[in-house]
Amino acid sequence: MSHFRIADDAHQPKTFAFTPEFQAKADKEIAKYPAGRQQSAVMALLDLAQRQDGWVTRAAVAHIADLLGMAEIRVWEVVSFYTMYRTTPGGRINVHVCTTTPCWLRGSDAVTAACKSKLGIGFGEATEDGQFALHEVECLGACVNAPILQIDDDYYEDVDGPKTEAILDAFMRGETPTPGPQIDRQTSAPVGGATTLQSVGGDD
Amino acid sequence: MLRDEDRIFTNLYGRHDWRLAGARKRGDWDNTATIIKLGRDEIVNRMKASGLRGRGSAGFPTGLKWSFMPKDTGGRPSYLVVNADEGEPGTCKDRDIMRHDPHKLVEGCLIAGSAIGATAAYIYIRGEFYNEARHLQIAIDEAYDAGLLGKNAANSGFDFDVYVHRGAGAYLCGEETALIESLEGKKGQPRLKPPFPAGAGLYGCPSTVNNVESIAVAPTILRRGAEWFAGLGRENNTGTKLFCISGHVERPCNVEEEMGIPLRELIEKHAGGVRGGWDNLLAVIPGGSSTPVLPKNICDDILMDFDSLRGVGSGLGTAAVIVMDKSTDIIKAFARLAHFYRHESCGQCTPCREGFGWVERVMDRMVIGNARVEEIDMLFEVTKEIEGHTICAHGDGGSWPIQGLIRHFRPVMEARIAAYHAKAAA
Repeated sequence: MSHFRIADDAHQPKTFAFTPEFQAKADKEIAKYPAGRQQSAVMALLDLAQRQDGWVTRAAVAHIADLLGMAEIRVWEVVSFYTMYRTTPGGRINVHVCTTTPCWLRGSDAVTAACKSKLGIGFGEATEDGQFALHEVECLGACVNAPILQIDDDYYEDVDGPKTEAILDAFMRGETPTPGPQIDRQTSAPVGGATTLQSVGGDD
Repeated sequence: MLRDEDRIFTNLYGRHDWRLAGARKRGDWDNTATIIKLGRDEIVNRMKASGLRGRGSAGFPTGLKWSFMPKDTGGRPSYLVVNADEGEPGTCKDRDIMRHDPHKLVEGCLIAGSAIGATAAYIYIRGEFYNEARHLQIAIDEAYDAGLLGKNAANSGFDFDVYVHRGAGAYLCGEETALIESLEGKKGQPRLKPPFPAGAGLYGCPSTVNNVESIAVAPTILRRGAEWFAGLGRENNTGTKLFCISGHVERPCNVEEEMGIPLRELIEKHAGGVRGGWDNLLAVIPGGSSTPVLPKNICDDILMDFDSLRGVGSGLGTAAVIVMDKSTDIIKAFARLAHFYRHESCGQCTPCREGFGWVERVMDRMVIGNARVEEIDMLFEVTKEIEGHTICAHGDGGSWPIQGLIRHFRPVMEARIAAYHAKAAA
């Protein structure tokens, strides 16, 4: 269980509504589940609300509860249980450092240090201009490409201190560097080339 | 070494087209209807004959699990639920399946669904795998467009739907009943068993929960024959397996190998060996963070399969090999895992919720040696009190790593304590 904090009322917008584009996505999610089981879509709708506004507001929770016929407290239970919902405005770009053992063995301490010094903030904090927020996360499930730096939806793999700084510099300039391995290797194959699959796998 | 012709995941590294056209070139969706028309009993029998054991970590025979699904459901629908909530530290194999070979999983869903009489499959993928979920959704959309899913899927006469459900950051949802709760739009807290999912699972309906890899290998097994799969590996530990090799090796990687490959061969052939050579090896966690650590002397000749690893007090788990060389502060490595298990406890059962908080605090003191030697015994005892006293296996999974550490590295912990007190006294 993790630390959970809700932004105070001064930061909470009074109302929430999905834009037509997001409403269409929400409808598609609800349609995945059998009639009467629309509660199953709560995670997807919270994610959509967060993508639309940058975080999950009180008004969004109330709106989603209404939309799915759930008691508001049941939606809050979901919001507070899962770590990916952000309940404070935080930052526009979310930087996540995995520090679990496989990443730690490959040098995640240097990645953490680079993030902290570059952004001037600690874990769970946002920069004053609201551009970046920094998060410590548990295993991201890409351990053979450790250490992993996740920025918004993308994994930057095989990073180290200097590479982390370069990636953050690029984001500060408004660029989005190419995700994936930051060293010369193909996805999860060993550096220097695969030891297998030389003779099969299609002819493209 | 496994021959390339016997490898199932021929696009493991994404070197080739992952979409439908590329997947078809690699043999996916070839005559799927013929397999489905074998009927559920025959498919289940063949899966049993293949010897496939669940690839999610428990190693339960897949065919047997499928056979538990009731044929008379009293009018209720049945569901296939695919566990793609990959999050066991060290493990990153399902990610490669979903981003590079998603059609193997989608076709597997259809075939498995037919074998258990399901109307639909829900693939529960961890929320952080955003790009992987996107590939999977594209593959599903392609399959619908090509008539391979939906009404009369792949001309089999069988109607079947496949949906993707994204999680939102909770390791615990990899536990099958927590996953079902989460799918229903609730907190991911495990249910008491029984009833087992085959009796009352998703929405109270008969359900089977399988790991991504278990489902994705099914089409190839049924196409090439149960005997082919059963002929690889050793008895009761058959087939091929995706291994993830991380940590202190020269070239970390994922690779598909034959079950029962010696650990040393796996590391040296595919991952370039231990950093600084085999003699620089300290220890290996053989199957994801929950499986107890093995010191070098066991690693020297251990085989990588369920029964061999069980024989040395560990397990194959997810086959995620985490290698630690002699530079590793092994106490710190396990203190970080203690943090992980505390953080990921769902909070439902007191032994796990309170116990792992205590374990983490004691482990943090063990890292600097600020402890008494008797506390090592107490630590062991407390994990024994957590293990087996919780609703789900998180209590076990978080206890085993600590027990493994104490079993094999107690002298290191004692030396750390002695050094701390010597320094304090000076």
